Amino acid sequence: MCTVCGCGAPEGPVYTSARPAEGEKAPASGQTRAFRPAGAHEHLHRHADGTVHDHAHDHVPGDDPPHRADGDTLDYGTGPARAHAPGLTQSQMVKIEQDILGKNDRHAGANRRWLAQQGILALNLVSSPGSGKTTLLVRTIERLAGRVPVAVIEGDQQTDFDAERIRATGAPALQINTGKGCHLDAHMVGQALGRLQPQPESLLLIENVGNLVCPAAFDLGEAHKVVILSVTEGEDKPLKYPDMFAAADLMLLNKADLLPHLDFDVERAVDYARRINPKLRVIRTSATSGEGFDDWLAWIDAERVRARAGREVENRSVAAGLPATAEAEIAGKPAPAVPTTSAAERGEPC
Amino acid sequence: MYEMSLAEGVRAIVEDAARSQGLTRITAVVLEIGELANVEIDALRFCFDAVMQNTVAAGARLEIASVPGRGWCMQCADTVPVARLYDPCPRCGSYQVQATGGTEMRVKEIEVGRDTGDLAEEPTTRT
Repeated sequence: MCTVCGCGAPEGPVYTSARPAEGEKAPASGQTRAFRPAGAHEHLHRHADGTVHDHAHDHVPGDDPPHRADGDTLDYGTGPARAHAPGLTQSQMVKIEQDILGKNDRHAGANRRWLAQQGILALNLVSSPGSGKTTLLVRTIERLAGRVPVAVIEGDQQTDFDAERIRATGAPALQINTGKGCHLDAHMVGQALGRLQPQPESLLLIENVGNLVCPAAFDLGEAHKVVILSVTEGEDKPLKYPDMFAAADLMLLNKADLLPHLDFDVERAVDYARRINPKLRVIRTSATSGEGFDDWLAWIDAERVRARAGREVENRSVAAGLPATAEAEIAGKPAPAVPTTSAAERGEPC
Repeated sequence: MYEMSLAEGVRAIVEDAARSQGLTRITAVVLEIGELANVEIDALRFCFDAVMQNTVAAGARLEIASVPGRGWCMQCADTVPVARLYDPCPRCGSYQVQATGGTEMRVKEIEVGRDTGDLAEEPTTRT
């Protein structure tokens, strides 16, 4: 192997041109060694018949380069450590290799496992402030009353107004005030679960802080993120705040009863959202008129069936001493699966 | 203030590593941030300097390696480069692209300061 560049060298001894071994012929004289960009150097090598000559070569990206020359850029950060600290060798770098949000993800994994063992379907509802999340929740709880036990975790910077609105429906609700924080995190939700103690096989609705940016990054242990976009907002919101729409599995296009009064292009909004997330399901809802609630509640029912089935698997695994399925999810959210459903199969009301 | 949470996450990881390995000075922190991770690098740098005060990594350099975005194009049935979440497939122009890479946010490594006791195996030249 070439000791200068680490490239795979030809068979036999290889030297850099600066240090021919004793007894070796020097390279042909008269050759000018012009400056070459980083990556270019020579290998001197000996053939079986004893003749020695050199080859200059340049390493290019794709050739497993330890360094890269690219126009006006000399990039020394492409080595294995992806870092170059002046005056220090890379051996003084201590490998860490940890996700920055790893702590949150571990809490989320613990939440997810506990929820799975209880067969609870947890949904993380995210949107801008004022999209009608709380009203939608109240209506949802009313429609599910007597059939599905519901518990709610409310996240807001301040006040417990929202939790009070939920409690008025008779459902247990716990308010988390994030203070200066702009999102709920998995540790907060874990603590809330301990206090709230939602019933087994119930529906847990987590209303996140009204914010389309930060909550996208924080896994709470939920089964799905549900993003709510109200038609009084712009159709272009999915493009303006793409991360949230990428993280969600379902979009509720809310306040649909106001559409006749607005210049809101539903098709365009859905198209923009699916540019970000081709698998996104969309349901048009109105908490005022009840439009779309049959579809929304049917979606919840289907997901609850899945959660209950998951509970049996989870508890069988635990009883058998096998690693729980939720553990696999803690290790990191898997890359999105290659989608297999076509647009027609997704069956969207919009 | 998402970047503040990230910076606090970095601090927790760096302090854990320093504690477990007995490091008393960290001079640089190397992060790996995906192009699609929605991280405002300037804001992260600002927050990093703020949260690292009074820690073993006070004044440490922050190096950030960018990871290119990748996506799965349903039309091409292949992995394609993606610069932003809402970009179309560079080959076929379809928006049916699902991000599959470049969303990572990791602490890759830390650089250990020389004036610490943790490099005791190295012969000291100071008097």
